[in-house]
Amino acid sequence: MAADLVGTAELIAGADIHPGEARGEYRCAGAWTVRGIAQLERRLEDFSWSGEGEVVLDASRVTAMDTSGAWLLHRTLRTLAGRKRPARVEGLRPEFDALLQLIAARAPVAEAAAGAPSLSVRLGREAWRFLLEMLGMISFLGESALVLLQSLLRPRRIRWRPILYNLQTAGFDALPITGLLSFLLGIVIAYQGAEQLRNYGANIFVADLVGLSMVRELSPLLTAIIVAGRSGSAYAAQLGTMKVTEEIDALRTIGVGPIELLVLPKVIALMIALPLLTVFTDVTGVLGGMVMAKAQLGVGFIAYLDRLDEAVSLTSYMIGIGKAPVFAVIIALVGCFQGFQVSGSAESVGHRTTVSVVHAIFLVILSDALFSVAFSYLDI
Amino acid sequence: MQAADAVVEISNLNTRFGAAVVHENVSVSVRRGEIFALVGASGCGKSTLLRETIALQQPVSGSIRVFGREVVGLDDTGALPLRRRWGVMFERGALFSSLTVAENVGMVLREHTPLSDALIDEIAAVKIALAGLPADAGPKYPSELSGGMRKRAALARAIALDPELLFLDEPTAGLDPLSATGIDELVRHLRDALGLTIMMVTHDLDLLWRAADRVAVLGEGTILGVGTMAELSQSGHALIREYFYGPRGRSARGQAWNRK
Repeated sequence: MAADLVGTAELIAGADIHPGEARGEYRCAGAWTVRGIAQLERRLEDFSWSGEGEVVLDASRVTAMDTSGAWLLHRTLRTLAGRKRPARVEGLRPEFDALLQLIAARAPVAEAAAGAPSLSVRLGREAWRFLLEMLGMISFLGESALVLLQSLLRPRRIRWRPILYNLQTAGFDALPITGLLSFLLGIVIAYQGAEQLRNYGANIFVADLVGLSMVRELSPLLTAIIVAGRSGSAYAAQLGTMKVTEEIDALRTIGVGPIELLVLPKVIALMIALPLLTVFTDVTGVLGGMVMAKAQLGVGFIAYLDRLDEAVSLTSYMIGIGKAPVFAVIIALVGCFQGFQVSGSAESVGHRTTVSVVHAIFLVILSDALFSVAFSYLDI
Repeated sequence: MQAADAVVEISNLNTRFGAAVVHENVSVSVRRGEIFALVGASGCGKSTLLRETIALQQPVSGSIRVFGREVVGLDDTGALPLRRRWGVMFERGALFSSLTVAENVGMVLREHTPLSDALIDEIAAVKIALAGLPADAGPKYPSELSGGMRKRAALARAIALDPELLFLDEPTAGLDPLSATGIDELVRHLRDALGLTIMMVTHDLDLLWRAADRVAVLGEGTILGVGTMAELSQSGHALIREYFYGPRGRSARGQAWNRK
């Protein structure tokens, strides 16, 4: 029966150095192992090697040694040498001595640790990285547009199956969440407006408030933001994982363009799905406002819908829907682009997924603002 | 052979996946200080046996004792004291992709020792050097390394805590002959310098001839033979002969003789 060996390492006394009888003599004892050197390491930091001249380390009582312990001994010798105190080790068991020699031979030369780069260097690096990424995004946009044109010239090459699949996952499956949130937003807007409108006795104008703000601005924006979080991130994660497992390279070698197979169907599907989702959220948002108008202002459903018809022009409605395909392109392309930027590690997939959502939402809001500026300039 | 001599003792081990029998009454032991290799055709259960020995997978019945402690039935908490005493190098390296090589090695030390950060960084650098990597490999990420360097980095992490027992799963798989030769020498060197016991799974006949002290051939769910390569190559068992006397086996053996 083998002895129970677990835990014996802990029973052995830890590594130790203490002054010996003779001048300049020190005694090393205990287990110089990775588990035994912790205390000694802390003591060695401000250990006073009293006296001057040669230091002799009597290591005959060292009971165990591994590479970590050997490194600590080697480092101690090196430190002493650096202080003009030549040191030698005596009485070390042959097998431990062999280990010490091995470490001495293999030990990396202590190199000056590269300090953290200065602020300006970091700033420059970040700016350069940002610039490169912008260029990459623009070239990716151009590449995708080119592939789209080629596909349109040969419509038989368009892959309908993945388009339909993406329509289902990014569009149909998103109906409940987008519908619910838009309904709630309609309630919030009607509630916020109710107090002011009641002061002026303009209760019926709640239909104008909810209708115009939802249909023209909020429902396309809300839908785009939800879809960016839902589908844009999924695109980035999917393509990123495919990049890590070299599936994208495999596609290339088979002679299938990854953009044609993976990016275009997503872009096309989202360009169809997002306007449709926006129509849906328009409806639920207005319904939310309608419920609140009845509850807070006593505006009946029929009166509300009659007023809505007058308040929201076809132009306003089309402006809202018309933004959706632009948002769709932004979300799909940013998600796919970030997926392609993944390099190597699992962490990179997570990082790029996050970045894809942040960038997509940023660009969606930015382009919405640009739309507003353009429309006010055109006086629509 | 004395029991106290055995670092790993596997006895009457049975493993089944559903109806498929992987191991049937497998008994084998690894002695202190030797390089022990498990060989056999693909799918014969070598890696499963290794995973069972390091308590990642449970057999149906039987006993596996490592350092005299029963491993079968141990949960992660129970296996911890044992796991600190052995190191494992996985087939594909299994380096943490979000950490640099130095951080991969240092992480093990940070988790299990109270040493200072500075000393841990130094020890990690020593391990990286021992595994035969250049010093500038430390700050690199695993994805920036070649296959051979990744294996060495995985080895550096496996020896981070100065284990008494080292498990290697396919240490040379997927390497060019030159890198594989480097690993052969490294394995022997580590054993000689650090007094390790090494248990490895391999297909590499060159590695077997050059490094292994004893080899167990696994096949048909059981151990077909155990011995030195020279002994096994004299074996009369049909499957063992097939394994060692296929075209590749002959050439590896020829080279081994030429060196002697």
